[in-house]
Amino acid sequence: MAKITMTVNGRQVSGVCDDRTLLVHFIRENLGLTGTHVGCDTSQCGACVVHMDGQSVKSCSILAAQAAGSSITTIEGLAQNGELHPVQAAFKAHHGLQCGFCTPGMVMTALDMIRRHGSDLDEATVRAELEGNICRCTGYHNIVKAILAAAHEMGGVRQAAE
Amino acid sequence: MYQTNYHRASSVQEAVQMMGAATEGKYLSGGMTLIPTMRQRLAAPSDLIDLRHIAEMKGIAVNGRSVRIGAATTHEEVATSAELRTVCPALCGLAGHIGDPAVRHMGTIGGSIANNDPAADYPAAMLALDAVIVTDRREIKAGDFFTGLFETALEDGEIITAVRFDAPAKAAYQKFANPASRYAMAGVFVAKRDNGDVRVAVTGAGSSGVFRHPDLEAALSANWSPDAVANVTVDGSDMLSDLHASAAYRANLVKVMTKRAVSAT
Amino acid sequence: MGIDGIGARVPRKEDRRFLTGKGRYTDDMSVPGMKYAVFVRSPHAHATIAGIDATAAKAMPGVIDVLDGKQLLADGIGNLICGWMIHSKDGTPMKMGAWRPLADRTVRYVGDAVAIVVADSVAEARDAAEAVVVDYDLLPVVTDPVQAIADGQPQLHPEASNNLIFDWELGDAAAVDQALAAAAHVTELKIFNNRLSPNPMEPRATLGIYDAGDDHYTCYTTSQNPHVARLVMSAFYNVAPENKLRVIAPDVGGGFGSKIFIYPEEIVCLWASKRTGVPVKWTCDRTEAFLTDAHGRDHVSTVKMAFDAGNRITALKVDTIANLGAYMSLFSSCVPTYLYATLLSGQYDIPAIHANVRTVYTNTAPVDAYRGAGRPEATYLLERTMETAARELGISPAELRRTNFIRSFPHQTPVIMNYDAGDYETSLNAAMAAADWNGFAARKAEAEGRGMKRGIGMSCYIEACGLAPSAAAGSLGAGVGLWESAEVKVNMVGTIEVMTGSHSHGQGHETTFAQLVADRLGVPIDSINIVHGDTDKVQMGMGTYGSRSGAVGMSALAKALDKVEAKAKKIAAHLMEADESDVVIEDGVLKVAGTDKSVPWFQMALAAYTAHNLPQGLEPGLKESAFYDPANFTFPAGCYICEVEVDPETGRTKVVQFVAADDFGNIINPMIVEGQVHGGIAQGIGQALLEGVHYDDSGQLLTASYMDYAMPRADDLPSFKVSTSNTPCPSNPLGVKGCGEAGAIGSPPALINAITDAIGNNALTMPATPEKVWAAAQAAN
Repeated sequence: MAKITMTVNGRQVSGVCDDRTLLVHFIRENLGLTGTHVGCDTSQCGACVVHMDGQSVKSCSILAAQAAGSSITTIEGLAQNGELHPVQAAFKAHHGLQCGFCTPGMVMTALDMIRRHGSDLDEATVRAELEGNICRCTGYHNIVKAILAAAHEMGGVRQAAE
Repeated sequence: MYQTNYHRASSVQEAVQMMGAATEGKYLSGGMTLIPTMRQRLAAPSDLIDLRHIAEMKGIAVNGRSVRIGAATTHEEVATSAELRTVCPALCGLAGHIGDPAVRHMGTIGGSIANNDPAADYPAAMLALDAVIVTDRREIKAGDFFTGLFETALEDGEIITAVRFDAPAKAAYQKFANPASRYAMAGVFVAKRDNGDVRVAVTGAGSSGVFRHPDLEAALSANWSPDAVANVTVDGSDMLSDLHASAAYRANLVKVMTKRAVSAT
Repeated sequence: MGIDGIGARVPRKEDRRFLTGKGRYTDDMSVPGMKYAVFVRSPHAHATIAGIDATAAKAMPGVIDVLDGKQLLADGIGNLICGWMIHSKDGTPMKMGAWRPLADRTVRYVGDAVAIVVADSVAEARDAAEAVVVDYDLLPVVTDPVQAIADGQPQLHPEASNNLIFDWELGDAAAVDQALAAAAHVTELKIFNNRLSPNPMEPRATLGIYDAGDDHYTCYTTSQNPHVARLVMSAFYNVAPENKLRVIAPDVGGGFGSKIFIYPEEIVCLWASKRTGVPVKWTCDRTEAFLTDAHGRDHVSTVKMAFDAGNRITALKVDTIANLGAYMSLFSSCVPTYLYATLLSGQYDIPAIHANVRTVYTNTAPVDAYRGAGRPEATYLLERTMETAARELGISPAELRRTNFIRSFPHQTPVIMNYDAGDYETSLNAAMAAADWNGFAARKAEAEGRGMKRGIGMSCYIEACGLAPSAAAGSLGAGVGLWESAEVKVNMVGTIEVMTGSHSHGQGHETTFAQLVADRLGVPIDSINIVHGDTDKVQMGMGTYGSRSGAVGMSALAKALDKVEAKAKKIAAHLMEADESDVVIEDGVLKVAGTDKSVPWFQMALAAYTAHNLPQGLEPGLKESAFYDPANFTFPAGCYICEVEVDPETGRTKVVQFVAADDFGNIINPMIVEGQVHGGIAQGIGQALLEGVHYDDSGQLLTASYMDYAMPRADDLPSFKVSTSNTPCPSNPLGVKGCGEAGAIGSPPALINAITDAIGNNALTMPATPEKVWAAAQAAN
């Protein structure tokens, strides 16, 4: 058993768990943040993607203990003051989700992708970057559209701010 | 996952000490293979010694054509290193196609090499680049390092701290990914040096892991062009055969990937 | 149409919770005292259980109890059943072998549940499950369906000699044989339809809660049809009487058919909750899902299609062997029969059809409905045959199809179905235009220059959905009626709650059902809540599958709205001292036509409940319900065209263009319909190119994770070009047809037709893996 302390969505949190506890289970069970999902056992589906110290990671393939001391952002941490984050808003506007199960991981992956590529994203890059996120409902068509739209919008906002 | 004990090392020396104190310990770098393997209860280390916070094992240093990459450097860091790209873009490209972005943020070059998965990408690069694997106690030439499926020359408790190599004049990596796992079904790293020395290393296809292909090397030494590959016979008898690809098909892929890698240089 | 009414691209009301991590899936549920279950599963495909020793497991940390099949049997929990009776052509009923929720004597596939461990944590339950010692005596194994019905093979169930479940036929064999004998041309083909794993991204899960105080059970579960789950668990499995069992299917992360069926785990967790006195939650991992979720497809068929000298089809003869796995799952018998053979006429006027279907037990996971269920198998067989025939006859695939299209409606096929409406040529023309069919030759030549082989293929599909007229279904063997129900509750302030028996697990009912209400009553869409998935809240329901929610579920809602509207008008007429026949509803206001008299909706609602001033004899309140039983199936149809480039050196196929032109009748929300088509196409491309369940000869599953089962990823697919046309369905009040399965039904043959066109070799089976395509391309050279 270990006492784990980390920052999650801007708040410092602690919990006691087995050393073998995965980060995703710590987030879901110790913290009650059930937006992060588990969809496979082999780290391929991406339903569990969160950000650790600003980068997308698969929380099903990291021990909670490994993440101790880090800063984690989950899907619950994106919307501010009741306003959807632009990536979330784009998924809604472009019908980039159906059953919603892969959605948190998709959104977190999309956000990381946009962070790295900015508004230069093109369709081929988005599709390649989604290798680690499986969706069974949408055929990806509208997810790709949503990410491109969000990248454009966020790029535009960034440019306007500069 | 079975019970395990987690330890975080802040130096190589401390990691070695922690390993010495463990009954059945394992080093944990990015954990992108180890943790899923443990999750499926296919590995049960008593202790995990986390190397991710050891500063001395991180970073990429390029000095002329001499390259040194810390073992705890992530795939993402290798893929996006501007310095490395100027001397060996093939390695950046290889790293940028390992797993997916989230995996690349955690997975490390040292972890990949130490695991020596027969379908992993880095071992092919190490072999073709004639790299030296630097550990806490010695230096091992890549040709002596990879000894079989998931087998390496590492001794108990030995830690890879870095890899180093001299960048070749030309190099490229091409892989044909398994449609399901996206691991290499055949990955070929080709490298040519100014002295005419050519290396062709193959991953994903060999039944005993990564290997060099002497006939392809000879043909490309004589004539560094895609056409030179055409007359080489790639024998399927030592290739892996599974649900996704027969040995004969893998042999074909090795040839095609070699050709395309040469074309890409 | 209003901005939120029928036909509008209304963004989904449910999206916000999914996008912010506030969705509530079964595994997200947590109740005080809850413990966790892990199942002990057979590692062998066929064995008898000589004994189970759980002594060591029970002593392990955190373990509450370990329960096995003998205890389950002693407590009177019944067998799992198949709810659709099929009779063989000799009149004998199908041979249903016993499926115990926990095997007590024999295991018949790898993954068969043997015992349940309940512990404080999943990890501890799994530790203990490994310590349960099961003594197996191994039996011989058969996994291949063709082999399984031969003499001398391992026998799975004593009831089914030679593992044959039924030998069934449909159509006129004599007429077909006659036409074949007289044909100018006969096309013959052997067709394999590969076994698939549905793979909704949310793995199955269940939480069983027994309340000893009230002797009441609550079951949270990942179900597409909670009322059916309650019915079956009560009436057949003897878990609890219906009035003592509440089934809740909260947010469900995709189903695609696999969550229709009642699985052992729901039953066992409820029972275990009573036995242990604690709530018991079980969540499937992905490998368990591959092992135990019902698989789909798995047919082997031969087909003969006869043509006259004018290239008109004169007959079709089909012989199919369908692998149903180790046990008969809930709807397994109707999939390769009434959902398959009845669609073999496709879009074509075929005078004589005969289909023979044998269903078979093998030591593999049960096979049941998966997106399309029977109709993809029929379409693949028919459209591969049409393409092959066109090549043999030397005419264009489009022309052969045009020559044989059904052109007048209603049309009675020789295989039961009566098509009510359609216009197949319009879809064909739309698809060919969108695909720039005429420009293909130039694109092929350009690709050739890059060393790529480019091919084009089409598929004209029809499906029957909107399941189903109850009397017709009953006469064909269905154990239940296939109506739907809806209830509309107008609250005192005029806001509206709709209780529907349809179940949304990605389809967007919270939006589309609300659009229907907004359209009819003119009230804001935000004032409408759609409630589903809870047997305590929703009166009755048959759930969502077979693309039935629009055609059947929304039709029930339309009927309930008729009643609400009628009563609302009565109340408003009384308030306005007008005749109710003069009252109209516009933009949420009840008006007397041709006057300036009006009553806002909320005021009418309030009046209904204050009941101070109601017409003589009218009951207070405003809550109406309806059951709707469809008059016919609906018949969505369309044309899909796929264009591929094959790399001849590696056999890798890239889908470079995919066009879908569908006729879904009237459309409630085009955005959602397009999304359904996209997803269906992706699954169809997955079947054709990537996916396949494989067992080895000993019955071990070789594709038990995403490492070996190739799921379509974003970079396997192109963006799709989709469009719709509309011949309104005359068989339901909304004129809608259903769009959930079309993509998965129509796309596989288009893709295989395209690849075989590219490589010039027609001998190719699904999935068209790089190696298979490479080998076929080599053979063609």
